[in-house]
Amino acid sequence: MPDKIKFTIDGKECLAEPGQTIYEAARANGVYIPVLCHYEGLKPVGSCRICSVRVNGRWMASCTQPVTEGMVIENAVPEVEEFRKAIIEMLLVEGNHFCPTCEKSGNCELQALAYRYQIMVPQFPYLFPKREIEAFPGFLLEHNRCIQCQRCVRAIQTRDGQKIFTMKNRSKDVRVNVDRKLAAKMSEDQIQKAMDICPVGAILKKEVGFRLPIGKRKYDHRPIGSEIEEKK
Amino acid sequence: MDIIKRILQKYGKDRTRLIDILKEIQAGQGIISDKAIESIAKEFKISRAEVEGVISFYHFLSDKPLGKYVVYLNNSITSEMAGREKVARALEKEAGCAFGQTSPDGLITLFETSCIGMNDQEPAAIINGVVFTCLNEEKVKKIVAWMKEGKDVQEMVEEFGDGANQHELVKAMVKNNIRKPGPVLFGDYTVGSAITKALKMSPEAIIEEVKKANLLGRGGAGFPTGLKWEFCRKEKSPEHYVICNADEGEPGTFKDRVLLTERPEMVFEGMAIAGYAVGARLGILYLRHEYSYLRNYLQHILERMRQQGFLGKNIADKSFDFDIEIKSGAGAYVCGEESALIESAEGKRGEPRDRPPFPVQKGFLNQPTTVNNVETLATATQIIIHGAGWFRSMGTPVSAGTKLLSVSGDCERPGIYEVEFGLTIKELLEMVGAKDTLAVQVGGPSGQCISESGFGRKICYSDLATGGSIIIFNRSRDLFSIVRNFLDFFIEESCGWCVPCRAGNVLLKKKFEKIASGLGTRQDLAELEAWGKIIKSMSRCGLGQTSPNPILTTLTNFRELYESRINKEADFIPEFDLTRAVAEACVLTGREFQEETEHA
Repeated sequence: MPDKIKFTIDGKECLAEPGQTIYEAARANGVYIPVLCHYEGLKPVGSCRICSVRVNGRWMASCTQPVTEGMVIENAVPEVEEFRKAIIEMLLVEGNHFCPTCEKSGNCELQALAYRYQIMVPQFPYLFPKREIEAFPGFLLEHNRCIQCQRCVRAIQTRDGQKIFTMKNRSKDVRVNVDRKLAAKMSEDQIQKAMDICPVGAILKKEVGFRLPIGKRKYDHRPIGSEIEEKK
Repeated sequence: MDIIKRILQKYGKDRTRLIDILKEIQAGQGIISDKAIESIAKEFKISRAEVEGVISFYHFLSDKPLGKYVVYLNNSITSEMAGREKVARALEKEAGCAFGQTSPDGLITLFETSCIGMNDQEPAAIINGVVFTCLNEEKVKKIVAWMKEGKDVQEMVEEFGDGANQHELVKAMVKNNIRKPGPVLFGDYTVGSAITKALKMSPEAIIEEVKKANLLGRGGAGFPTGLKWEFCRKEKSPEHYVICNADEGEPGTFKDRVLLTERPEMVFEGMAIAGYAVGARLGILYLRHEYSYLRNYLQHILERMRQQGFLGKNIADKSFDFDIEIKSGAGAYVCGEESALIESAEGKRGEPRDRPPFPVQKGFLNQPTTVNNVETLATATQIIIHGAGWFRSMGTPVSAGTKLLSVSGDCERPGIYEVEFGLTIKELLEMVGAKDTLAVQVGGPSGQCISESGFGRKICYSDLATGGSIIIFNRSRDLFSIVRNFLDFFIEESCGWCVPCRAGNVLLKKKFEKIASGLGTRQDLAELEAWGKIIKSMSRCGLGQTSPNPILTTLTNFRELYESRINKEADFIPEFDLTRAVAEACVLTGREFQEETEHA
């Protein structure tokens, strides 16, 4: 068995398996690093940058960066946390997020992160973009809430590997693009998976939005990340 | 529909040629139609949505119908300084449509586009692939009249530029403007001498020689070329690749265009040498769309080199096989970033990859790949011919040799200068005939904006690094319009993958506009700087990491300009100025505006 890798996060001495990313290793050591675009089992893409940490003064995304021997990682230090908070705020002003009427409220990771980072009013001005809602046979795509994390792009494919969700356009106009023909053939389970994997309320399976009542949802009682921190 | 089938057939089942396929369909049909998308998706067994994703990423591809003539007018700062606004208005007037639209008769479509590499001959535009330089209202009138007559675009080029711009396969009005040829890139050179000599050496010895010469990447990042080749060579893999990065998109850079026009063999030989050094059999020239007018000419040069035995099988009678193919970009600045370039060369959206793995480990088709700039490869050719010692006798100890500078903006002699590293900005300004200079933008928008106090600084990797872009602004220029142009450029060219670059730059611009319009406070100025740092730190690739530089470097070097725009007494001023808005509304509605004097 190859040797374990020694590293520290905020002074805490930790051990990692070779090949583990900073995020994975931190998690295994009971240290929470917030993620949004990352989802277990999917190839990390480093698109949201919330998991950024500082290593020897250099910023890197912990979901894509492998741990190396002797790394000194800054995670929950003021400047790192402040910059992460800014990213969450950028997402909040970039789209149109109205939690009180959202089907995902309580299960939404963006909302949960906003609570964890105690965001009252974003430091950035709201952009109030004009965005569409697209309807497909089994689900809705609410572009107002989409944060372009690409989870659906990575997770949902046809049996022969064709992408049902892709990215379209670029820059501030980048959007999730759904293949209409393939979307019409998606199974109930696939649609459920797409909705569950979406960190926000952008992919909504029809007729199930409020089936789980508010108050019984994932982040209603415990802040996001607490399941990792409890393992300490 | 047969045409689409034929194009697909021509490129076989090679997904990596997707962008070439799309471009050919676009050029032939003027649109990538629904049917074409369907055929392509079927051919490559990918979803339609994936094909749409690729098309929508690039400026020069469209799944909407465009006019018979499609005009892409450059919107870079040098174009603006040379009178772009007048040309744009004339185009709109003559064509009868606004930018972003097609004329009612379906004849002409007008688009803006980011820097097309003609900064020394602006305003410039690309019309159906043909470059038009030094435009003015008169010329626009003439060109649009010709369009209405149905004239072929190539026929509209009345006068050709110098050198190979006159070649029958180029026939472009583009000028080289080589003002100062130097000993390396424009020095003595006989085609084939470098590869012949290289093949008598071992690959290791070549890498050693390039390392000894201390050749650093000429694209701007300055990574040691020998080391890159060594890393690539060390990777065990069935294939290795060499990619020549001819996607010079940094506004203000056009030196690779001139090298490819006048010294293509030197570049191709450098690729072959790199191929021999790293163990590659195939090289790819990734040519930016804007330089497509050189494509047939470059193909012809490649063919000639094959006939001369400098490319192809058994090069120079040694058992070394190496060939080069040309792949096209389709308009995306971010593809100059090497991993984005590789994605694009594979026929995908040009989005950067995460590192590690680095391209030298897993690059093109996941094989070890060395991506080098055009100038770097041409320089390597000369190093092999003349030796590391000769090369190091020029420049400075850290920055050996010479550098091509693309100089544009307010000076008497814009164009190409091959200078030794270590030249000061002051010396450069004298050389190019710049007077009353306010600022010098070194390295393009992603570089630094230098004020007079920095004119003693040197152009070299340890001080002012540049991929070649030098833009000069004299004292009549408004620095805020320059910064605004650069910010718009980054907003437009961000790939949109990561949040700080995609959303952050839009917000940064908003804050900048607040200050520029006189509604800023000390707090706003502090936030402008802080937001810039967040974007710089948190972005995923070099584009985002340098995108706040127009603000951050002018804040450092021209702070007084920002200070003079803000209200130093006010604690807070809202971004929305109600009084100003009411005044505007009054003008529009013809009512009398009465300024509010006192709050109740």
